[in-house]
Amino acid sequence: MSFKNTFETYDWATLENEIYKVTPKDVENVLRKDKIELEDFKKLISPAAKPYLEAMAQRSNAITKKRFGNTIQMYIPMYLSNECQNICTYCGFSMDNGIRRKTLSDIEILKEVQHIKNLGYDHILLVTGEANKTVGVSYLKHAIELIRSQFSNISIEVQPLDQKDYETLIESGLYAVLVYQETYHKATYKTHHPKGRKSNFDYRLDTPDRLGKAGIHKIGLGALFGLEDWRVDSFYTALHLKYLQKTYWKTKYSISFPRLRPHQGGLAPKVEMTDADLVQLICAYRLLDEDVELSLSTRESELFRNHAIHLGITSISAESKTNPGGYSVEPQSLEQFEISDERSTEEIRQMIQSQGYDVVWKDWSKDYITTH
Amino acid sequence: MTTDILKIADKTFKSRLFTGTGKFSSPQHMQEAIIASESELVTVALKRVDIENESDDMLLHLNHSKINLLPNTSGVRTAKEAVFAAELAREALQTNWVKLEIHPDPKYLLPDPIETLKAAEELVKLGFVVMPYIHADPVLCKRLEDVGTQCVMPLGAPIGSNKGIKTLEFLEIIIEQSNVPVIVDAGIGAPSHAAFAMELGADAVLVNTAIAVSQHPVDMAIAFKMAVEAGRMAYNAKLAPVKKHAEASSPLTSFLNDLN
Repeated sequence: MSFKNTFETYDWATLENEIYKVTPKDVENVLRKDKIELEDFKKLISPAAKPYLEAMAQRSNAITKKRFGNTIQMYIPMYLSNECQNICTYCGFSMDNGIRRKTLSDIEILKEVQHIKNLGYDHILLVTGEANKTVGVSYLKHAIELIRSQFSNISIEVQPLDQKDYETLIESGLYAVLVYQETYHKATYKTHHPKGRKSNFDYRLDTPDRLGKAGIHKIGLGALFGLEDWRVDSFYTALHLKYLQKTYWKTKYSISFPRLRPHQGGLAPKVEMTDADLVQLICAYRLLDEDVELSLSTRESELFRNHAIHLGITSISAESKTNPGGYSVEPQSLEQFEISDERSTEEIRQMIQSQGYDVVWKDWSKDYITTH
Repeated sequence: MTTDILKIADKTFKSRLFTGTGKFSSPQHMQEAIIASESELVTVALKRVDIENESDDMLLHLNHSKINLLPNTSGVRTAKEAVFAAELAREALQTNWVKLEIHPDPKYLLPDPIETLKAAEELVKLGFVVMPYIHADPVLCKRLEDVGTQCVMPLGAPIGSNKGIKTLEFLEIIIEQSNVPVIVDAGIGAPSHAAFAMELGADAVLVNTAIAVSQHPVDMAIAFKMAVEAGRMAYNAKLAPVKKHAEASSPLTSFLNDLN
């Protein structure tokens, strides 16, 4: 059994129909409830819920404060490689994109780490494309071991791997894996991932199951907004989350909200997600789940991020570079996508603190990762 | 009033309010609230502090003559990890006290009784003063006492929930049976909950979220201090019994008068 079994009992068109026919009355009934369930989430992400955004935001704010207090966790991505054997229509690293390819060497990794440590970070997210020969499990294992002593918390966002590979990486000090389905619409998924291992929808879909079985501490989920209707994709993401929470109960979960950003050779979003839509979705997740981490990257604008920390977001990045070596080794190389909020880490720290939140740099001990 | 000092292992406490360090909007606010609470035992998650860094912001703000640090093992999932974490904390923070928290479930943070008992036994042997965070399970409390923990810390409600004393029936049994101090930990969301726990005969309470997340943490800390003192004083003064049944005018036994 895996999520695929659950997934197959749902139909995209039916869900879409259900979400779009929700009435204001349905939304009001949900907002009267103490416990919000998956069916209620459907109502909260519907167009009919738009007039209730302030009420949702107030409730999201209160729940988030109760669970997470007045704190925001900080993390930073570090791109290790832009080599990739996949064609993804929306991605700057796509194999058919004629950019110079680079994979960081040990010395370069350590140079980037030095830069990142000077900024104050203790939680790091390692990112790569999918190039299994050069940036496979052994490269990732080596990279984690190389930097382990310098970070309390190491996450990766790389190609999906097998369970035994995850077990290997966890033993080396891996804390979390972020793996976004991009879209749960199977046909659309095929269109955007025509070539490479990533074109295997089912293998990607069951990646969180393999992670859960490997005993990972945290799994990050998400859909890439712009490929398909964000409402239906988010319902599937929430379904995925609830399935995983019940099945792998020792694992923690986070949700990210990537919206398509411009990049070289880029794709215009098929379905636009407005700022108000994104606020609605963030709040809906918080109402559905008091404990899930909600993460917002520098893809979003300054103004949006300044306000998002009151809406349910619990972790953010700052000053991110989305190209390998972007911090110090090779700042001019081509990035995966353009970030929007370009403020420095220090500016973000001040922004957070001025709004009455404490910045959390460290919330894990590297010594807590042992085999289970 | 007679002196009423709480003793756990080799330490004595005037204050029966223990506090935590999470969720505050800044280390300064945390420090102000803790000092206002007059709490003498303050728990800090090992995972949140940088023990290799002498200028760790949180630790600097807890450096106060009245505050005893109580490292906790939050984040660990097994007894083995907990023992490891406790040893790390002992070395780094120079204390053999540990709040043993093993909650493999990251959602409700509910304690794992099996791993907790295992770790407690091991830690006691290693010379720790063990304060275990557990369900309000009277049998588990006795088992922990048997392996040598210096107190027990049953929960009132899920941690961070602010729901109050939801485990009342079991806490009463624990308090009745325990030979070690009983500290109600988790779930206390209002000073009235704290006062209630103290009236029941709890030896102390641990409060974090309700103070940290309040609009005015210092005021809330003082309110909790007063509530804990009031509850304790009421407990010592012996509460008047609650009448659970109406007293009928002896319709069943009044015939005895007629027999004379």
